[in-house]
Amino acid sequence: MAQLTMVQALNKAIADEMERDSSVFCLGEDISDKDGGFGGAFAVTRGLYEKFGEERVLNTPISEILISGAAIGAAMVGSRPIADLQYGDFIFCMMDQLCNQAAKMCYMSGGQVKVPMVLRAPVGATQRGAQHAQSLEGFFTRVPGLKVICPATPYDAVGLLKTAIRDDNPVIVFEHKKLYGGKRVEAGAIAPVGEVPDKEYTIDFGKAEIKREGTDITIVANLLMMYRAMEAASHLEKEGISCEVIDPRTLVPFDFDTVIKSVKKTGRLMIVHEDTYSNGWGAEISAYVAEHAIYYLDAPIVRVTTYDTPIPFSPVLEDYVIPSTERIIESVRQLMDS
Amino acid sequence: MEAKMLLEMYEQMDLIRTYEETLYYLFLEGIMPGSIHQSHGQEACAVGMLYGLRKTDYMASTHRPAGHDIAKGVSVKDMMCEMFGKEDGCCKGRGGAMHTGDITVGAIPANAIVGGNIPISTGIGLSLKMQKRDDVVVCFFGDGASNEGAFHEGLNGAAIWKLPVIFVCENNLYGASTSIKNTLNIEDIALRADSYGMPGEVVDGNDVLAVYAAAQRAITRARKGEGPTLLELKTYRIAGHSRSDGCAYRDDVEEAEWFARDPIELLKNKILKEKIADEQILADIHEKNEQIVNEAVDYAIEAKEPSVDDVLLNVYWEGD
Repeated sequence: MAQLTMVQALNKAIADEMERDSSVFCLGEDISDKDGGFGGAFAVTRGLYEKFGEERVLNTPISEILISGAAIGAAMVGSRPIADLQYGDFIFCMMDQLCNQAAKMCYMSGGQVKVPMVLRAPVGATQRGAQHAQSLEGFFTRVPGLKVICPATPYDAVGLLKTAIRDDNPVIVFEHKKLYGGKRVEAGAIAPVGEVPDKEYTIDFGKAEIKREGTDITIVANLLMMYRAMEAASHLEKEGISCEVIDPRTLVPFDFDTVIKSVKKTGRLMIVHEDTYSNGWGAEISAYVAEHAIYYLDAPIVRVTTYDTPIPFSPVLEDYVIPSTERIIESVRQLMDS
Repeated sequence: MEAKMLLEMYEQMDLIRTYEETLYYLFLEGIMPGSIHQSHGQEACAVGMLYGLRKTDYMASTHRPAGHDIAKGVSVKDMMCEMFGKEDGCCKGRGGAMHTGDITVGAIPANAIVGGNIPISTGIGLSLKMQKRDDVVVCFFGDGASNEGAFHEGLNGAAIWKLPVIFVCENNLYGASTSIKNTLNIEDIALRADSYGMPGEVVDGNDVLAVYAAAQRAITRARKGEGPTLLELKTYRIAGHSRSDGCAYRDDVEEAEWFARDPIELLKNKILKEKIADEQILADIHEKNEQIVNEAVDYAIEAKEPSVDDVLLNVYWEGD
């Protein structure tokens, strides 16, 4: 059993899979640490060049269409690429390749070809302004053909990333910058260290984890917001409010059963995410629960999210638009009163 | 040897034209769904580039894929069924006219986003190189695609990694209705190869042997691990951009000049002049092709529709 940070866990999952399967390789900007290179913008791929060589830890030009297109093409003919985005925001430079190509290739070929690729994308606001800050998970949950996952703990990072690499479909992995625990320390970072078994394991997609059991309210939260929801739950416990906190872990596929089962018990649902309020992924969860379990609800479904603005640079403003533990606590209190 | 090759090229080019003309009539009759982008007049590009390629070599096509597919060996019957949206189509009726292909013969199901197949071809080349295979990728696109960002990123990637990709720009002078005079400030798209450090060559795209010769140079270079090539095949589509296009944007003089250089007629004249075959033999080839296409039409019309119960199949990979 090892104690690992997220960066170490992600690195381990990639290294283990590259060791196990010679068709797995990494590509992206600055991912190699050859000749003083970064080893990834957040050092996730550090040390892989030394182990696996230049060909399998492939530095690319600053060309997101190339990174995504090359991953798709290679995946179609037998490779298992892991593409790396320095910042999730750059994903918009490769939207055609992801949404028109990777997502549709299997379907529109009548099942002739598969695209077993992984794209890793760091998200979350970290005082870098509007173009290095977005939480974009929701965008990709509405593209049939893509899978979307968001591991928040070192244990989940290893298990889910291994499953993603072995999956025969395109999988987008959203990782939160404030959870990495690498050399670049972000203001307000949590950087969890967690136990990762030495023994090989994977985690199936579509299985949410109940992080904390409770009876009064169900809180569904991912990535950094899961930690803030847990902190809020501890605080609220002292006020006599019992929160059940669920980390969905994967958004496509989504474990609606676990959420609905919890809602049947608590009668209240809150969704907390760093994605935007309007049409963030919580909107879909809210609609689904309203459609399938409305009679179990004792109060309206509430979403606590980033406000619908570009992420401002000013730390004061950034802290204001991203849900804080205090905002979650206050929202729960209001919901309990309603 | 050359006689055999010329006749086989003629047979393929005639099959492409027969297939596409038949499709056009089926659309006019109103019995075929969807739309069509004919490669009418560009048959020498497809056949010259792909003649003699291995099944394990790949070909990536565009929204105008029929010629490329047939030249790479996709079954006309499978393609015709796809045109009718039938379950027996090469893409089980889920793809349609702009996505035909058959991976088992190396024809990547075609791509209808202009330039979208270019970085993907670079990726295929990357995997081939990593697998230490000496197969190649032939990536077709039009003059319009050369103005896409995907062209720049895809060609640059293939050049820096020395990948076995042959980028083939079929320059038919118009992106839909817009002349290249309004979209390019250079005479030859092949010039762009220089900026990536790869060879570029302008080729007469209506002369199948000129295309074949250029293809062999590029393919040999790619198989030897010397990297990609950009070929610009100057050509002209006889038909419109799509089935509803009457080509009002082209002038009669230009059309007459190009129509006089119909690639099938050019090859036919060469075959007759060099006495490789007589008119009767060529007529027999055409008759055989008509039979292949007509049988495909008859089969496709009767073939079964996909079941709506299967509409979710292959949204995600169903397993090997």
